Amino acid sequence: MSDLRSLYQEIILDHNKNPRNFRTIPDADRTIDGYNPLCGDHYTIFLKLNGDRIVDVAFHGSGCAISKASASVMSTVLKGKSTEEALAWFEKFHQLVRGEFHGAQDIEHLGKLAAFGGVSEFPARVKCAILAWHAVRGALVSKERSVTTE
Amino acid sequence: MSIHLDTGLPRVTDRSFDVKRIREDFPILATLVNGRPLVYLDNAATSQKPRPVIDTLQRYYETENANVHRGVHFLSERATQEYEEVRKLTARFLNASSVREIVFVRGATEAINLVASTFGRVNVQRGDEILVSAMEHHSNIVPWQLLCGEKGAALRVIPMNDAGELLLDEYEKLLTAKTRLVALAHVSNALGTINPVEAMIALAHRQGIPVLLDGAQAVPHLRVDVRALDCDFYALSSHKVFGPTGIGVLYGKEALLGAMPPYQGGGDMIKSVSFERTTFNDPPYKFEAGTPNISGTIGMGAALRYLSGLPWDAVMEHESSLLRYATEALGTLKGVRIVGTAKEKTGVLSFVLDGVHPHDIGTILDQYGVAIRTGHHCAQPVMQRFGIPATARASFAFYNTREEVDVFIGALQRVKEVFG
Repeated sequence: MSDLRSLYQEIILDHNKNPRNFRTIPDADRTIDGYNPLCGDHYTIFLKLNGDRIVDVAFHGSGCAISKASASVMSTVLKGKSTEEALAWFEKFHQLVRGEFHGAQDIEHLGKLAAFGGVSEFPARVKCAILAWHAVRGALVSKERSVTTE
Repeated sequence: MSIHLDTGLPRVTDRSFDVKRIREDFPILATLVNGRPLVYLDNAATSQKPRPVIDTLQRYYETENANVHRGVHFLSERATQEYEEVRKLTARFLNASSVREIVFVRGATEAINLVASTFGRVNVQRGDEILVSAMEHHSNIVPWQLLCGEKGAALRVIPMNDAGELLLDEYEKLLTAKTRLVALAHVSNALGTINPVEAMIALAHRQGIPVLLDGAQAVPHLRVDVRALDCDFYALSSHKVFGPTGIGVLYGKEALLGAMPPYQGGGDMIKSVSFERTTFNDPPYKFEAGTPNISGTIGMGAALRYLSGLPWDAVMEHESSLLRYATEALGTLKGVRIVGTAKEKTGVLSFVLDGVHPHDIGTILDQYGVAIRTGHHCAQPVMQRFGIPATARASFAFYNTREEVDVFIGALQRVKEVFG
């Protein structure tokens, strides 16, 4: 089914099976829990900062393929980015999974994140894709300790 | 269908059960999802509604709508009569002793909250204990937790084994002079376990401890006789038994209800009001403040009538044969673990699949028109007990077929393919 393939793209299946940066950072500067009370997805995200720059990102926890792959891809994208850049990526990703991202060139610019474009066809799964991103945003903007998607 | 003169319930003349014929009573079952026939296996979340229920709701609003217990005009008398007729019907359906034992509430959740905040408020004190089981729905945990927190009482939990069966030896030990109430699922929503409630009630009564049964998952599958069970309270939700949402029943023994303080204050629950004092109405009205869910109640009546018209022995045989068939088929899939393997079960199949999160199973099954529930099923302690974050749950009703089970299993095979 084409719809299923658009949701479960190879990149997503790969990152679900072999999540990158799936570990803890004991001396993290920011540690934040992301929790989806509806389905029980639960991740802890660790950020190591050098001034304004994210020098390491890791995550741990459990959840569905979409939430886990999203956290994994996010961790590879955000490493080395400044806070401002990270928040800009959050905005782009947010638009993408809500089906509000337009322009073919821009989609290409998204790189691996573009794999999550299919999520917008599955409204019930948008929260799964955005969970880890919300957690990072919360950690960077308001220094929260936990966020939920509800 | 003819009506039995003594009981007012439909007289069952045809003892056989034709599932294809029954399905025609449920218009929604003809829905196409993603171009495929709907396979509705989320009955433990809510059940579908037969034509008589849908028609009754429409007829009520077209020809009978008025407030009850208030007017002297034609419509109000008619609505009141229909509304109170459902109370009689419900009393007969559950085999209660009297209509005074039937309180209409929003659903099983409100029924339990009502008992917690009335019976609980006067009978539970500091140092007392409320006993629940390890397989309760949140609705039969949180109200008691709130009460215990307020009173300085303790919530105690009857443990279960790996099959999802309560440990009766442990239960006996937990029944003490401190226990004020046992609040127990008749049937588990997450596991399908049918608890041995009759024996458990007898054990509690031996020490004078009353028992509340959460019957939300039992009434759709079993015939419930509150007098035979000798339970003190019984809670059920109409929407789980093929009726409308937003309405349900609290059965309570007359003596207990009579001694309980009111639940909410307002119209209908009073005999007289002045600024100095209020005289409360008698049960069940004492617990029904405000304009009730009249259409919902009348719709629920249609559902109970429909259920009473079914040949129950054949229905239960169909359901248990369906469960056996589905359990066997699911067992042949590699990597599947069924959670909840009690000997006595209703048609609930909770399961996990190696390497695939239940949420992903749910999304893929939906592409094949198969509706299941995924998540913690409002029973997080059950998930913790089995060391899993969530399960996928297929739950059956009497209108489900073996062909639907085949579609379900085929879609699960597709899940395995996608996730390699």
